[in-house]
Amino acid sequence: MASAEGQVHPISTYLWIWLLLFVFSFFSYLVDYFHLEGMLRWSLILLFMMVKAGFIVGIFMHMAWERLALIYAILLPPVFIMVFVALMTLEAENTLFSRITFFGPIGS
Amino acid sequence: MADTAQTNTGQAAVLAPGLEGIVADWSSDQRAFKNVPWGKAMMWIFLLSDTFIFSCFLLSYMTVRSSTTVPWPNASEVFSLHIGGQDVPLILIAIMTFILISSSGTMAMAVNFGYRKERKITTYLILATAFFGICFVGMQAFEWTKLISEGVRPWGNPWGAPQFGSTFFMITGFHGFHVSVGVIFLLIVARKVWRGDYDQQRRGFFTTMKGRYEIVEQMGLYWHFVDLVWVFIFALFYLW
Repeated sequence: MASAEGQVHPISTYLWIWLLLFVFSFFSYLVDYFHLEGMLRWSLILLFMMVKAGFIVGIFMHMAWERLALIYAILLPPVFIMVFVALMTLEAENTLFSRITFFGPIGS
Repeated sequence: MADTAQTNTGQAAVLAPGLEGIVADWSSDQRAFKNVPWGKAMMWIFLLSDTFIFSCFLLSYMTVRSSTTVPWPNASEVFSLHIGGQDVPLILIAIMTFILISSSGTMAMAVNFGYRKERKITTYLILATAFFGICFVGMQAFEWTKLISEGVRPWGNPWGAPQFGSTFFMITGFHGFHVSVGVIFLLIVARKVWRGDYDQQRRGFFTTMKGRYEIVEQMGLYWHFVDLVWVFIFALFYLW
């Protein structure tokens, strides 16, 4: 736990997370190597990405041991990026629609 | 003045669980982030702002990619290397990923040994982290050189949508810049650890704050963040 001495955890914790990060990176590389396509590819990529991000933030950056006041202050604001993602998806669809309508179909 | 640099581990350390504890922390006197040195809280807030910057880059990449009528270049082929008579897809990027993860691992252990006040091994681990960082930037320079020689420019490329070049150079360039700055600061911190600044609480030349091993952890936060950003770039730009 957090104390005046700072974050001291067993070294083995870090070695395990290091290993897991290697394994998940390898998995996401395999997704490309075996040419997985469509929803399977995207969901696997996002899954491995979020798992790796969770390990790095939670364990390596010690967020798992911090107080909720800090966790919420740092991890909640990025959630609102999803709103931005939704907005820009709509915007991109609109642009694509306009381009196809006025400049001809895809690939021309 | 100097006292503000110190960790507050006052009586407020007792914490009610859940939302009640958050409200108590946020509405309390003087500081919301108990048990956390101010430098660490500020590093987290800086990283939060950096998150938004990289989000904007990745979002603009998403927008131009999904709105273009020209096919997007296949990253798997663009970033393949010719090794042993065959094209291995994305191999350089995979190696870069493993190197950056390894640097994160050595950094995490450096933080740990720093808090144990093992000066020598902390220095070595920070130097190993910096070395991996330099390797990463070097491979990125190689990758850029290869792509530029193949005709990729911010305004066009031989394989498809011209936005590929602009987003590639912008995103990986900004990330590489972060890694380079990180390496410089790693070397500075390594020198300070080696010299024993954090044991003697020697004051920093720029901030004049007392040196403490918490600085190694704050340096580590930045470095892990660089690795974190790469996780997202790897997934969204190279694999998508």
